[in-house]
Amino acid sequence: MMQEYIIGLSILVGLGLFFAVILAVASVKLKVFEDPRIDAVEDMLPHANCGACGQPGCRAFAELVIKGEVKPGKCTVSSPEAIEQIAGFLGIDAGAEERIIARLRCAGGKAEAHHLAEYHGTLSTCRGEAVVNGGPKACSWGCLGLGDCMDVCEFDAIHMNEDGLPVVTPDRCVACGDCVEICPKGLFELIPESQHLYVQCKSELEGDLALNRCSVACTACGKCVADASPGLVEIDHHVARVKTDLRHLEAREAIRRCPTNAIVWLEGPQFASPSRNRPAFGQIEPIRMEEDLENHYWQ
Amino acid sequence: MRAGQQTTDIGSVLTFPHGVHPPEYKELSCTRPIERVPFVDEYTLPLGQHIGAPSRPVVRVGQVVRRGELIAEPVGFVSVGLHSPVDGTVTAIELVDHQNGQLVEGIRIRTDRFSPQVFPPREAINPSTLTRDELIRGIQMAGIVGMGGAAFPAHVKFSLKPDQSVRILMLNGCECEPFLTCDHRVMLEQAEALLDGTMILAGFLHPERIAIAVEANKADAIKVLRQEVARQGIPVEVIPLEVKYPQGAEKMMISAILGEEVPSGKLPIDVGAMVSNVGTAVAISEYFRTGKPLMERVVTVSGTALARPTNVLVPIGTPMQAVVDFCGGITHPEPRILLGGPMMGMVQKNLDVPVMKGTSGILVLTDREVVDPVTYSCIRCGRCVDACPIFLNPARLGLLARKGLWLEMEEQHVMDCFECGSCSFICPSAIPLVQSFRVAKGLLREKKIREQTNQ
Repeated sequence: MMQEYIIGLSILVGLGLFFAVILAVASVKLKVFEDPRIDAVEDMLPHANCGACGQPGCRAFAELVIKGEVKPGKCTVSSPEAIEQIAGFLGIDAGAEERIIARLRCAGGKAEAHHLAEYHGTLSTCRGEAVVNGGPKACSWGCLGLGDCMDVCEFDAIHMNEDGLPVVTPDRCVACGDCVEICPKGLFELIPESQHLYVQCKSELEGDLALNRCSVACTACGKCVADASPGLVEIDHHVARVKTDLRHLEAREAIRRCPTNAIVWLEGPQFASPSRNRPAFGQIEPIRMEEDLENHYWQ
Repeated sequence: MRAGQQTTDIGSVLTFPHGVHPPEYKELSCTRPIERVPFVDEYTLPLGQHIGAPSRPVVRVGQVVRRGELIAEPVGFVSVGLHSPVDGTVTAIELVDHQNGQLVEGIRIRTDRFSPQVFPPREAINPSTLTRDELIRGIQMAGIVGMGGAAFPAHVKFSLKPDQSVRILMLNGCECEPFLTCDHRVMLEQAEALLDGTMILAGFLHPERIAIAVEANKADAIKVLRQEVARQGIPVEVIPLEVKYPQGAEKMMISAILGEEVPSGKLPIDVGAMVSNVGTAVAISEYFRTGKPLMERVVTVSGTALARPTNVLVPIGTPMQAVVDFCGGITHPEPRILLGGPMMGMVQKNLDVPVMKGTSGILVLTDREVVDPVTYSCIRCGRCVDACPIFLNPARLGLLARKGLWLEMEEQHVMDCFECGSCSFICPSAIPLVQSFRVAKGLLREKKIREQTNQ
């Protein structure tokens, strides 16, 4: 009886020793040298694996930093101190990266945009709403307001305000691009934080046609183009666009004459209360059609 | 697999496995003959009425156009022509409301109120004198698309690759969607044109068999077609199919008639089948016999919130409001408006959008038919698995969709789903199954496009 235990134990111990020897030899013979600095740099990175730097994860980014192919400043999630720490540790330049954040190209919330219907679907996401006739708003470009972007944001940078629009907190946004991908209307844009002039509208309708659907739509009147430095603002597909590479020319003067407040001067989050003196939908007189005007004239 | 053969007075009835039996509501309009909607003052014609590239306008603002004149030409192969439905003047080429809720480029035409609106008759073309390429080009320029609802350009379907051959040409008169009766009326009233169009198609596709598939609830249409076939003495079979949804989906029809399954990612032509809607055959016949391009179509206007449900012949581009007003108007304060059938149709928020080439029905329903359901948990009853006509597992896909696992859904073949809605219809917990599959398919398609552009 005792002997059987001993045989079993000795076989197991023997097997264990045999494999231990193989592993010990392998660990010496097949050793791959890995730069210990990779682990150190990875530890200093935020472990978000967000992909905002363009790499699949933080470790891949750390490897490239050590090879000198990218600057530590490319990581948009780390604080400036953490980037300085990495740069100091490796003895390289931190690399000043322009801070990029997400901005919403729509300002037509519940109050401003004209709604033609109400959505009663059981799938209460923007994506679900968008497959049902493009959502209830009359403007087919407008924000649907059910917060898919808020749900997808891993950095808690997006919150829905009481008007049904997502507000990006600039300090938290790391420009990972998740909101850009999830938005069914493609309304988010990644732009430098230093760009203050911004057109919060994507409607390709012109003049009254745009205004009949939303009170803060860009009507393509061209006043901002005239007031801004030459070339800074241009009208493309009946909507004004600010050229990001000319942003050193921008001035508040460009927003002064905008009839709908579609073009705004942004410092901090969008839709902040002081700049919100926009009329709600319905406060503007509905625009008469051609025939009505004729009748009006003859009366 | 050939399931459920039964015999009735119209012969044995074939069908496919799985499927559902929604209430039909066809009695509202199936006895109403096709009426013509009077001409209205303005027509709106979005340029992208079909699947594929939108047409390119060939008219200027202010130009006077005649009825049936080409106003937009096809761009590329997967695109068709567009024709003016009236004598009138082009007032604008601008962004107009499309049925899918987007704003797209379109042409607005103001009707000439003093015109008799007669389509100038043209000498008939004998299709047998034309080559196959000329016929294909003719169908493209006539603007003919699949009239079943998807509006896929008909000529693309009919142009075969050299290695492909047609074993069976099937005309689809199933009309399995509840409420819709436009194909039923077309088969009853335009049987001669339908068979003529079928023979034009057969003339250049050279099929071994020609069949017209009709669901057994349209026994009168089956009798009329059989009489007409016997009178003309042409080799066309009229095959009754069981009344079941989605019997009219082309893959389900092939499964019922040939007993073969179209493989995942393949087209019906890969198993030697060519399926076309009965309305398409009528449009082809009209084009070659009278020169009339696709500028009007038969639409079922029905629903419990409509004063006078009926079938109407509407010029393409008529605002839906005008069609609904012609049918007596809406009797319910909060109507639910659908384009197409209730199972696959599009909800509409706006009655200003025009009737397009793919519009088979306008349904005005009440909150009795369209209820706001409360979603409960999945109880694993498996009814959706028994309903899915293409043998997916909707319960599992629904669970994955709730967790946002789109890539896993692709592995479970969500891209094969053709959104018939049987799973959502049968689900006792009212889980939004097909709705989330549409979302998943959209996201996966976008991802694929992103990957292609990044490369």
